[in-house]
Amino acid sequence: MDTATDTLFRALADPTRRAVYERLCRQGEQNVRALTDQAGVSQPAVSKHLAILKEAGLVTERRAGRQTHYSAQPAALNPLMDWLRYYSAFWPDRFDRLDDLLQRMDQ
Amino acid sequence: MNMPSTDQALRAVVVERSFAHPQEKVWRALTQGPLLEEWLMSNDFEPVVGHRFTFRMPAMPGWNGITDCEVLTVDAPRQLAYTWCASGEEAATGISTVVTFTLTPTPEGVLLRMEQSGFKPHEDRNLQGANWGWQSFFTRLEGVLAKAA
Repeated sequence: MDTATDTLFRALADPTRRAVYERLCRQGEQNVRALTDQAGVSQPAVSKHLAILKEAGLVTERRAGRQTHYSAQPAALNPLMDWLRYYSAFWPDRFDRLDDLLQRMDQ
Repeated sequence: MNMPSTDQALRAVVVERSFAHPQEKVWRALTQGPLLEEWLMSNDFEPVVGHRFTFRMPAMPGWNGITDCEVLTVDAPRQLAYTWCASGEEAATGISTVVTFTLTPTPEGVLLRMEQSGFKPHEDRNLQGANWGWQSFFTRLEGVLAKAA
């Protein structure tokens, strides 16, 4: 699990990679050429970014003839979102307990 | 370093609550280890800047239950801040956050604000450079994630 999270964080730490991933999320399946047209970097660079995104489980590829099409796997982001959700529930619960404690401190 | 609150909301957890108790008393509940344990977690906290301590919970799948912390701010009875980071094997990749408590006196008692912000401003170079990007990234992906859930 540690390694997977690490890979995920590293994959998304690069702004160009995030832009590629985001584009796949918003526009659906794309091939390398279409992605390169908007990425502002060379096709080999885009391919390299896609390989890293794929390793992190963020994108999957589908081969059709000589073309490879990439699509986003948004669920791969869940580990990143989990801690926010966790602590959103955690603190209000702890504040309830703090309130209890403050009542008891009066006695 | 302060960012607009709209941005903060996306990468920080903010909880505010009014307590009808004196500010000094709430401060004690936040800064005396045994009291802190009663409402938050088992700890070896000391209200001393630079003090390193841990919060401990029962282990759960994927987490050893230990949170590594370091006291950053002790401004009695107004503000208390410490780092809140994953421990052990997860230290490098787990959460790396700062928890800040701010106490504001009110006519009834005190308003307590807890903000847990996403990434430490130092260390973790990987994330540091990406901080601003994460913002808009999460905003734009919200819809996508909602659909994927």
